[in-house]
Amino acid sequence: MSNLRSLTFDAIIIGGGGSGLRAALELAKSGKKTAVLSKVFPTRSHTVSAQGGITCAIASADPDDDWRWHMYDTVKGGDYIADQDAAEYMCSEGPKAVFELEHMGLPFSRFDNGRIYQRPFGGQSKNFGEGGQAARTCAAADRTGHALLHTLYQNNIKNNTVFLNEWYAVDLVKNAEGDVVGCIAMCIETGEVVHVKSKATVLATGGAGRIYASTTNALINTGDGIGMALRAGFPMQDMEMWQFHPTGIYGAGTLVTEGCRGEGGYLINKDGERFMERYAPNAKDLAGRDVVARSMVMEILEGRGCGEKGDHVFLKLDHLGEEVLGKRLPGIVELSKTFAHVDPAKEPIPVVPTCHYMMGGIPTNVHGQAIMQGEDGKDQIVNGLFACGEAACVSVHGANRLGGNSLLDLVVFGRAAGMFIEGALNAGVEYLDATESDIEAAMTRMTRWNESEEGGETVPELKAALQDIMQASFGVFREEENMQKGVKQLAELRERIANAHLPDKSNTFNTARVEALELDNLMEVAEATAISALERKESRGAHSRYDYPDRDDVNWLKHSLYFPATKQLKKRDVNFKPKTMATLEPKIRTY
Amino acid sequence: MSNLQVSVYRYNPETDSAPYMQEFQVDTKGRDLMVLDVLHLMKEQDSALAFRRSCREGVCGSDGMNMNGKNGLACITPLSEVIKDNKLVLRPLPGLPVIRDMVVDMGLFYKQYERIQPYLQNDTPAPAIERLQSPEDREKLDGLYECILCACCSTACPSFWWNPEKFVGPAGLLQSYRFLVDTRDTATQERLSELEDPFSVFRCRGIMNCVAVCPKGLNPTRAIGKIREMLLAEAT
Repeated sequence: MSNLRSLTFDAIIIGGGGSGLRAALELAKSGKKTAVLSKVFPTRSHTVSAQGGITCAIASADPDDDWRWHMYDTVKGGDYIADQDAAEYMCSEGPKAVFELEHMGLPFSRFDNGRIYQRPFGGQSKNFGEGGQAARTCAAADRTGHALLHTLYQNNIKNNTVFLNEWYAVDLVKNAEGDVVGCIAMCIETGEVVHVKSKATVLATGGAGRIYASTTNALINTGDGIGMALRAGFPMQDMEMWQFHPTGIYGAGTLVTEGCRGEGGYLINKDGERFMERYAPNAKDLAGRDVVARSMVMEILEGRGCGEKGDHVFLKLDHLGEEVLGKRLPGIVELSKTFAHVDPAKEPIPVVPTCHYMMGGIPTNVHGQAIMQGEDGKDQIVNGLFACGEAACVSVHGANRLGGNSLLDLVVFGRAAGMFIEGALNAGVEYLDATESDIEAAMTRMTRWNESEEGGETVPELKAALQDIMQASFGVFREEENMQKGVKQLAELRERIANAHLPDKSNTFNTARVEALELDNLMEVAEATAISALERKESRGAHSRYDYPDRDDVNWLKHSLYFPATKQLKKRDVNFKPKTMATLEPKIRTY
Repeated sequence: MSNLQVSVYRYNPETDSAPYMQEFQVDTKGRDLMVLDVLHLMKEQDSALAFRRSCREGVCGSDGMNMNGKNGLACITPLSEVIKDNKLVLRPLPGLPVIRDMVVDMGLFYKQYERIQPYLQNDTPAPAIERLQSPEDREKLDGLYECILCACCSTACPSFWWNPEKFVGPAGLLQSYRFLVDTRDTATQERLSELEDPFSVFRCRGIMNCVAVCPKGLNPTRAIGKIREMLLAEAT
């Protein structure tokens, strides 16, 4: 394998979405030799689909707003396994990061006084839950993710960031001491495989919603960074925590923003009843997403679902009037017409809880440094490896993310990782070079697919099988026996994937090869999710079990940590020590 | 009746000496699928078929292509909108070099986008909070900032086909105007002086193909008209 060309950078950022571009911007400004390696042109990344906004206490809608209230909501929303030092960092640094975006040109919507428009979102409160609903989500109409991603890409152009667009990262390269010293990557256009050397490798690869059959996620969300880190032997945190967004368009799975309910829309069952009033008397339709999604499933299971099959509910928006819809939710009007064939100004939108967000991921500290667990059970930094955005688990979202917090997570922790790496590079870091056999180890699966022979199953059928298993056994509600069955089916599927066949072995823009490599990653994410879900024997946040319906703070006020080598789950302490304020003590979570 | 006949442009430089059209029979089961769904069904028949896709909901701009003669996004174009005589003809976006099958080299398109300096420039010190902007001033950006860089417009534009190196094209000019009209941008003069040659803006002949194909319903021709007005006002 010694014929691999190598490229050398100070820092390589894998992924061109919000967090990757924010990290890259920081490093490009510092003059470090930085490259963003993205399997799609950066503005095609999934951040572009974010709609409702970026939640942050910029004190625009309410001049008295306080980042501590936002932190309280975040920690409560996460059902108390969000790390409080990380939530504190995100909520307190947030305003700076949002104002920077505005200075970069992000076209936020505005209030009459010229300040950034903020709308109410789920789980938001004033005064630590005592002051009623807050309006804390900064928005650019209902296209905030698009506006944010394009603004970040534009500013990377301004700062001459190097882009390796339409390159696919295959696996991490580790040296003899276990430090991450770069990756193997393939140029999709030419098929050339290179060894990318770097002192800092940032996984900003986003989510993996495509492990489920029904998801709001883009087709590219295949958990590539998670797969790479697991194959390199690193643990994953809280992988059982998957958010099902209450309002995916029935049938199509495309997202309808929570901002619809923030602007005054609400859910109804087949009797026209606003059923959230029963489940969450105070917050109603703006309760936490996990709470709303479960309530919808309960309505459907109890026979109050809408449509011929009674398998969805309706989101009612017509009472908002065409003007509000046109001004605040223009993208939703468009999507509803295209994918649900309804005009929301006249008819309700059929919706159903749909896989949306991975709260778990690569455990990191607030600087984006990846963490593993030593023999003594204590945290250990992984040299050379960083993660930010949805791929990372800092953890600010705990067991359930609040709406609008993902975009804030992206910019705050992308920025933080960039700043930290700049400092580390200035201080000087040296790691052992990778040897031939280290590089060969990272080439294993690429070689496997390239040498695969006829007779094996094909990628699309195996992908569909994986998605069906996850949908059937690890959905909104979970239960031991069904999950056991799912884990067993996944083990069998892993064998089938190991024998799968890649018929097209050409080099030029071979998307079949990319999809085969993505399938390996989906498999890693699915198995980590399944085993973590089976082992967490309680209900918390997005993880709801029929057989363990209650939260168990005695045993499970913990992160789960999944180890790929043994396929076993350990626990990791949650941080309860914010630096500038008192601990937010776990309470019963009601809305 | 659920068998759809699809004719698709194929070219793999490793194996084909010239491009050709390949016929597929696709069973739609009578559903009004999106064209992207049809492409996925075709890829199940032949995994070598190459095309780009990502968000599958019309916001990422990956799957711009030519469907029965008209540019658009495959993921938000239902068959009922494009089908003629139960036949669908799919070709890559016109005017750009083909890499493989439906995948074109977007290099020239991106180059023209970068040329207009697509980022806010403001030489005054940033305040501690956001820069204020009235809702009325912000409204000037509507219909401009929503561009998804899918290239449907520029690759439908004869002026761009003829002068892709010199004419910025509708997508780039739409973004140019987005920054020219942003009250927070202070580089208006510099931006205009970069555009005053005979090609960058003035090659637009008002054909309006860009408006006809834009999947986001944007109007580059109007933006180009506004830039012309600004340039003429400068000159007088």
